[in-house]
Amino acid sequence: MTAALQVEGLNRNFGALHVTRDVNLTLERGARRALIGPNGAGKTTLINLITGVLRPSSGRVLLNGDDITATSQALRARRGLARTFQINQLFRGLTVLENIVMTIGERDGENNNLWRPAGAKRSVIDEALDHLESLRLVDDALRLVRELPYGRQRLVEIAMALAQKPRVLLLDEPAAGVPSSESHLILDVVASLDPDIAVLIIEHDMDVVFRFAKEITVLVQGAVFTQGTPDEIMTNAEVRAVYLGEDGHTATQKAGQRGSHHG
Amino acid sequence: MPHVANIAVSILFDGLAYAMFLFITSVGLSVTMGLMNFVNLAHGAFAMAGGYIVVTLTRTLGIDFVPSLIIASVLVGLISIPFERGLYRRLYKATDLEQVLLTIGLAFMAIATFTYFYGPIPKSVPLPNWLQGDINLGFRAFPSYRAFLIVLGVILIAVLWYVFERTNIGAKIRAAVDNRRMAESVGINVDRLFTLTFAVGSGLAALGGGLAIQLFGLTPYFAVLYLVLFLIVVAVGGLGSLKGTLLAALVLGVFDTAGKYLFADAGGFFIYAVTVVVLLIKPAGFYGRE
Amino acid sequence: MAVSDTMTAPAKPAASREQAANFLIKRHRFHAAEALPWLFAIAVYFIFPDRMTFGSQVLVMIMFALSLDLILGYAGIVTLGHAAFFGIGAYTVGLGAAKLGWTEPISGLFAAAIVAGLVGFITGWFLLRYRGLTLLMLTLATAIMLQEAGNLRSDISGGYDGLPGLTFDPLFGKFDYDLYGHTYYIYALVALAVVFYVVRRIVYSPFGAALTGIRENVRRMHAIGSPVHRRLVTVYTIAAAIAGVAGALFTQTNAYVTLTVFDFDNSAKVMVMLILGGTGRLYGAFLGAAVYMILEDHLSKMSPTFWQFGIGLLLVLAVLFARRGLMGLIEDAGRYIAKRRQP
Repeated sequence: MTAALQVEGLNRNFGALHVTRDVNLTLERGARRALIGPNGAGKTTLINLITGVLRPSSGRVLLNGDDITATSQALRARRGLARTFQINQLFRGLTVLENIVMTIGERDGENNNLWRPAGAKRSVIDEALDHLESLRLVDDALRLVRELPYGRQRLVEIAMALAQKPRVLLLDEPAAGVPSSESHLILDVVASLDPDIAVLIIEHDMDVVFRFAKEITVLVQGAVFTQGTPDEIMTNAEVRAVYLGEDGHTATQKAGQRGSHHG
Repeated sequence: MPHVANIAVSILFDGLAYAMFLFITSVGLSVTMGLMNFVNLAHGAFAMAGGYIVVTLTRTLGIDFVPSLIIASVLVGLISIPFERGLYRRLYKATDLEQVLLTIGLAFMAIATFTYFYGPIPKSVPLPNWLQGDINLGFRAFPSYRAFLIVLGVILIAVLWYVFERTNIGAKIRAAVDNRRMAESVGINVDRLFTLTFAVGSGLAALGGGLAIQLFGLTPYFAVLYLVLFLIVVAVGGLGSLKGTLLAALVLGVFDTAGKYLFADAGGFFIYAVTVVVLLIKPAGFYGRE
Repeated sequence: MAVSDTMTAPAKPAASREQAANFLIKRHRFHAAEALPWLFAIAVYFIFPDRMTFGSQVLVMIMFALSLDLILGYAGIVTLGHAAFFGIGAYTVGLGAAKLGWTEPISGLFAAAIVAGLVGFITGWFLLRYRGLTLLMLTLATAIMLQEAGNLRSDISGGYDGLPGLTFDPLFGKFDYDLYGHTYYIYALVALAVVFYVVRRIVYSPFGAALTGIRENVRRMHAIGSPVHRRLVTVYTIAAAIAGVAGALFTQTNAYVTLTVFDFDNSAKVMVMLILGGTGRLYGAFLGAAVYMILEDHLSKMSPTFWQFGIGLLLVLAVLFARRGLMGLIEDAGRYIAKRRQP
């Protein structure tokens, strides 16, 4: 069966700076994969390469078997690839409802219509309200996005991605910046996503990762360090050293031990 | 000299003089726009102010031309500081459109003010003897004033290059143009740097304005007429780049002069055609950053 | 339209849903207040019968400002060459009348729309890939080149002296241009009404919403699959066509056209009008153009220098204190009054 998303040998250079090295990644339908790694590992860059914000220096991206490496961001989105941004990218001067209606309008091609009043298609409005309902945002439907607390804005960010009815969903640190009192809202949503969607989530909070992910990819300095199930990653000493929070001293010692092993 | 060669030399010479004027007046605009991302359409007004101050100094106060140039530049440079501190600073985070409108408004106010005090009739400036007439280089004669302009331009380019590439201040400016947040985080006081750059840039614009009187005559509309040229030089050269401004000034100066020499009426076309072609290929200009 | 703060108490989900849906459904409906500018324009016909020529010029400028509002106010694109399309429309009609004997006025408007729209489409397709200073310079340079081209062939264009003494057929074969310009005022008003209706429908359509999205957050638009460039070229073409119609009306109502229609001054003037009135609000174009033209008419006659100073000062003050223009001030006043009314 064709994978929902396939990344083959993806590389990206900025001059002499090699930010993405030979990355291979596969998301099957219904995947729940977490992308973790230390700061500066290139996780967001990878998302930008997959979504088309950046062009790769070499390598391919395939969406449902189709090579989309040379297509535009917008075309990829229309083919079912949705993402959220690490920092909210919303229409802050518009109401929450309008944000979702905008998304549906683009998805359906409604926004090509220059003549019909925007509110005339009841089905679009109803669908938007349905999306808001499932995220418990209906009460905020007519509030301007910039008036909402950051946590609820983050929910709108996710609602927009979901309104695209994506087949592949890339979430870039969905709980980032959300006060801990509100983050459970986000996590509940992430936990209850449609099982058919292939989901890749960048996340730093390990509790979230282990609760949500069926597979984990560890990215270090732009390259895939290792991949595996949560259990495998959890017990991998090298991953712990590189990322999971051993203090620097112990990590260096361990690295030194490894060095002498091969010495 | 054979006819064609004569024309070619004239074009190069006049083009070079014109380019020097463009460079001197525009370099300040390029660096301030590159540094602060601020669209300053009042830049032409500073140049015009410099011109009128030179006129007053030479005609009313009887001061010589060259000292007047220096005084006018320093004066305008100093005057620009309260503008930057009091007014421009408020709009660094504003949209392009707001910056455009505010500075156009200032330019209009400046034009009106100078029209009120000096009237709309073009002004000229008395030149010392050594700047009048021609200098003879053997194979042919060249207008002294334009030769002066070229020499002055070369000196200024050398000075600016030295400051930019070899001094501490220059390094700080380049760093801040390259990446402002990074520069701030390493302790560079970008605000003060900007005030300084803005003052120097405005002073240079005033110098250019004073120099332009002999070339084009001076009316209050100078502020907007030549603004288009300065913006073109800056856009084609690339924001914040000394090299870029120089290259753009040379290319545009020579092309415009060539166009006017060779094609008379259609000549005005060239400078705009070159601009469109360059920007379509390199939207950030010769040495701009995307 | 800002949302009221009256939704503080959490309503039952069903009620909230209906309220939310209704907001969008009813958005495009005409408010009673929208009749005001039109009533005013009609009243002017009766109250100031000796100022009809001036009145027509105001209507022309309103149409011009409306066209700019589409790209500047709604799509958020800043250009410096909008006068080019005005000029193209003006010269389509002018040259048509002077050289081709095409003197039927209404078809002239359509011709102007098509020619200006075509130029808008071609230039927009190339130039709208750029933004910021680059776009400002490209649009400015293009407009100046058009003007220079016209100057080059001043044998055709009449140069800066222009094409004087143009005559046009009576409208519908019956209504002739009279010395006081009454017919042409009505003509311009009807044309403006038609154009306005079209612009209003576009603005309230899903396409119009997409333009706002592009203005507010273009990154997001790309990410949700919006063909941004195509949208921008479309609106730019429409705006160019409308500006062309405004230019055509200008030539017809003045019976005269010169190359000054391409001046950068014109592009700047219409931008100032729009900013003063308020961008992205349709009626901002009405207010801004009317106020500007009336002020200019009175003040610049007294002293052009003071007028220029005043306009500059007004711009500076507007940017510092009234970024949303006169319409913004009116909206603020309305909100303030509404708040005072609440217990």
